[in-house]
Amino acid sequence: MLVARDLSKEYRSGENPLTVLRDVNFTIPQGAFVAIVGPSGSGKTTLLGLLAGLDTPSRGQVLLDDADLTAMNEDQRARLRGEKVGFVFQSFQLISTLTALENVQVPLELRGDSGASARARDLLTRVGLSDRLHHFPTQLSGGEQQRVAIARAFSNSPRILFADEPTGNLDSETGARIVSLLESLNRESKTTIVLVTHDLTLAGHAQRVIRLSDGRVISDSNTERAA
Amino acid sequence: MTTGSIEPRAGAFKRALVLCGVAWRESRTARRRLLLYMSSISLGVAALVAIDSFSENVIQSVHEQSKALLGGDVSSSRQNARTPAIDSLRDSLSHAGFASATATNFNSMALVQRTGGTRLVQVHAVSPSYPFYGNIISAPAQAWSQLQNAHNVIVDPSLLVSLDGQIGDTVSLGSAKFVVIGTLKSVPGDVGISAAIGPRVYIPERYVDETQLVVFGSRVEYETLFKLPTKFSSDLFISRFGKRIQQGTQGGNIRGAGYNESRLANAIEELHDFLAIVGLVALLLGGIGVASGVHAFAMRKIDPVAVLRCLGATSWQVLGIYTLQAAIMGLIGAAAGVALGVGIQFMFPRVLHDFLPVDVEVHLAPSAMLLGLLIGVWVALLFAMRPLVALRRVSPLQALRREPDSAALRRARFDPLRIVLSLAIAASVLELGLSRANTVQRGIGFTLAIAGAIGILYLSASGLSWLARRSLRPSWPFPLRQGIASLYRPGNQTRAVVLALGFGVFLMGTLYQVQSNILRSLGVRMDQARANVVFFDVQDNQLPGIDSIIRASHYELIDETPIVPMRIAAINGKASKDLLAEAEKSRPSGREGRGPRQDRAENRSRGPRPWMLRREFRSTFRDSLTESEHLTSGKWFAANRNDSIGEVSLDTGIVSDMGVKLGDTITWNVQGVMVPTVVTSTRAVRWQSFSPNFFAVFDAKSLEKAPKQFAILVRAPDETAIAHLQRDVVSGYPSVSSLDLSLVQRTVTNVLGKVTMAIRFLALISLALGVPVLFSAVAATRRERLREGVLLKTLGATRHQIARIMLSEYALLGALGAMTGVLLSTLASWALMHWIFRFAFVPAFAPAAVVAGAMIGLAVAIGLITGRDVFAETPMAALRES
Repeated sequence: MLVARDLSKEYRSGENPLTVLRDVNFTIPQGAFVAIVGPSGSGKTTLLGLLAGLDTPSRGQVLLDDADLTAMNEDQRARLRGEKVGFVFQSFQLISTLTALENVQVPLELRGDSGASARARDLLTRVGLSDRLHHFPTQLSGGEQQRVAIARAFSNSPRILFADEPTGNLDSETGARIVSLLESLNRESKTTIVLVTHDLTLAGHAQRVIRLSDGRVISDSNTERAA
Repeated sequence: MTTGSIEPRAGAFKRALVLCGVAWRESRTARRRLLLYMSSISLGVAALVAIDSFSENVIQSVHEQSKALLGGDVSSSRQNARTPAIDSLRDSLSHAGFASATATNFNSMALVQRTGGTRLVQVHAVSPSYPFYGNIISAPAQAWSQLQNAHNVIVDPSLLVSLDGQIGDTVSLGSAKFVVIGTLKSVPGDVGISAAIGPRVYIPERYVDETQLVVFGSRVEYETLFKLPTKFSSDLFISRFGKRIQQGTQGGNIRGAGYNESRLANAIEELHDFLAIVGLVALLLGGIGVASGVHAFAMRKIDPVAVLRCLGATSWQVLGIYTLQAAIMGLIGAAAGVALGVGIQFMFPRVLHDFLPVDVEVHLAPSAMLLGLLIGVWVALLFAMRPLVALRRVSPLQALRREPDSAALRRARFDPLRIVLSLAIAASVLELGLSRANTVQRGIGFTLAIAGAIGILYLSASGLSWLARRSLRPSWPFPLRQGIASLYRPGNQTRAVVLALGFGVFLMGTLYQVQSNILRSLGVRMDQARANVVFFDVQDNQLPGIDSIIRASHYELIDETPIVPMRIAAINGKASKDLLAEAEKSRPSGREGRGPRQDRAENRSRGPRPWMLRREFRSTFRDSLTESEHLTSGKWFAANRNDSIGEVSLDTGIVSDMGVKLGDTITWNVQGVMVPTVVTSTRAVRWQSFSPNFFAVFDAKSLEKAPKQFAILVRAPDETAIAHLQRDVVSGYPSVSSLDLSLVQRTVTNVLGKVTMAIRFLALISLALGVPVLFSAVAATRRERLREGVLLKTLGATRHQIARIMLSEYALLGALGAMTGVLLSTLASWALMHWIFRFAFVPAFAPAAVVAGAMIGLAVAIGLITGRDVFAETPMAALRES
């Protein structure tokens, strides 16, 4: 489903290049729940950006559902994201001028899907927010905002969902509920989930953990959950 | 969560509609701010709509009242006295069913017997049926209908005021006396302000001879109005009888109602074009405000755009969403401008009442309103899109890792679409300039001037940033250093504020400096004119008597200028009637009703113009040049000339209209005597100077024996002396006219005072326009300012220190913008005075300083108001928000 091949990323910092990722290789099958962990500055977020097609690598290739992201331009990648990718961010990243319902509708409206409103209602009901449809993000708690974000991420029935520290701004109890929601969605819909976190406890919920350090993959192993 | 079935995709139109919904919903919290930015163009649109609408109203009123303006269906005027041929012509036309009415118009001194006051007036001696169309309204109302009953006169009320007269007084006009039976309330076609220059009096035409004012050399216009039967058009009348009338009147003018209409329309168009340029500049300044404000708006949208990109929005969908928001707000801003413009349009008649020749019926002009709306939306959209296109390149990665605003948009700097938009803006400015200017050169000149001003302001701002960076010293107080650092830090607003503010100062400063220089020049000219009273229409045999009155009073006799009336008889051996026939033949058909503007444009390259061949010249002879002229080609008259052919020096301005050059011969008809001359020189004449100036000046030998009159220039010590001198001369010589030049000066100053009011009105609009534009420019870095200010508060800065930081930044921005604007306005004013008005230019520092000070104050006030949130917010709330 997702293939990273000899992936590297460098930034120019003055005269010397700064290498953030070096020769990253792995394959993630459809339906997997994978955590990418590492300390701060290990390149996790950079790797997430490359895998999701938000950025382009300096070297290497990313294949998402057999589509070579590195050969696409930005708009082609955007369309692919609209078709196949969902996102959950640490800071929720809801559009503050839209209600919960409208936020969830956005990916469907961008694709031109009819019935966006009905589907958005279904999704928000599924995440337990049927009574908060018309509230703005500033009127929702952190946990509620993240549930809206999850509903939005699933609105286009993605093949893969990327989550960047989804519980980073939440208390432990709320964070646990969010992770539980992600797990159940993974089981039900067979959506591949790639979770980026520095929290090893959170990573333990995944079936496989890829560890990064200093821009390299230092380990790639299944967890107890994989069994 | 199941994948579920996905509804079929909608067609392209429905998808576009859905995107409109996204755009509208997403704009919820930004509408008020966007509307404020778009209000920058409202005033510019208002100016254009008001000017275009009112011009349309005036032209329509002129069209509807064209017959009333003329007084008849056709008008013929000449300067020749009545002859049997003319009388016979009128009789035959009358028998053919064409009624006629006549008027004899000339200038004269009016003397109020009771008070002894005397004043130069325009005398209109009219026949009983004059005019056929248009009502002359008098006070009391029945006075006009009683005019012909006896030696009655109806006068301009200003005459009674200036001479301390009243209804019932006896007024002497020449040798005749008339009783004032009423005053004029309105006369069709007369501009109200003209009464201040030369008050009008109406008397019955049958008493003209009794006045003994129509003598040799008098400037008299004989006017005949014709009333045509219904369905007999003026064009048909002119084509059938025009030549006969012109021959019978020896070259008089004949015109239909359309002539006045197009003449007035041309004058109105000239004023409209000038005001439209001012409106256009206001609109462009508004566009700059829109661009600044939308730039600030775009900065705020980086986060939601990044999220939309993550969710699958293409760059064009993102651009579409925010362009739609800008377009809707631009439409509302432009519509507000249209509404405001309509309001101003309805105020114009009151403000311009004294300058309008007709009663203007004000009504909505849908075409002007629609054009203003479209131009406003176009300008708003074009200027808004330039900063908006950067949004389509915002990387979705910004949702994961946020860079500073300027870095997030850094990739957009060399965007081809942005370049295309910049070119579209330049092309639009050029097109709008060309459409509003009446010549291509002026349109291009306007565009280049705007581009030059913007370029200089931009360079000044860049220069200030550079200087600020280089000149900062660690030893300076922290608030000053912080304020100066704001001028060059990333994402600074130096260019936007300097551009907005400098442009406003440029506009206002130019208006004030030009006005100041015109007033100063006219004042100097009047002061430099040694004479303060002039007597004219002085016959040869009256000269010694008047001379002795002046000398007896011990007043300074400045000059006695001989004036000889004459016409052109031949040019280079070809008789003027043959030249006229050639000129008439080569004139395109349908000429009647075309104004002088079209005539000038067409006739530039042909032979002598017809009006040159028909007109009477009032020329003089002397041995030397005066102070108000200098030679531009050829040589002045040779002393002791022995040739039988005389020499003539022509004003440079008429040489091409006459179709002559140095060495050509002109034969002049001087009261039946043919005087041949050769053109030996041309002169540039300063017609604005207060001294007698002439198109043609002859050598003394050519005309010293010709019948002549004189203009006598005198300097009297004060107003009372002038009044006494005028009274003494007019009493003894009623046919002599005189003009109090100091009165002229006061009248001109009064007229210019009214013009000054209009200029100040325009300047106020510029100032009002500056407010939303400056707000937009300053808003661009509001978020950065808020974050920085709050951080400083967290670190221990007091409100007072933060206020001083902002004050130093905005004071410097305001000072630079104002100084650059003043320099630009000085340059523009010099160019206008030198090439358009042809007056000497002196920089007017006082008004410029006032304008600059006002704008600096405005910049500081707006900056402090915008930054008030820094004072209001607690550090915690602001850090949480950021």
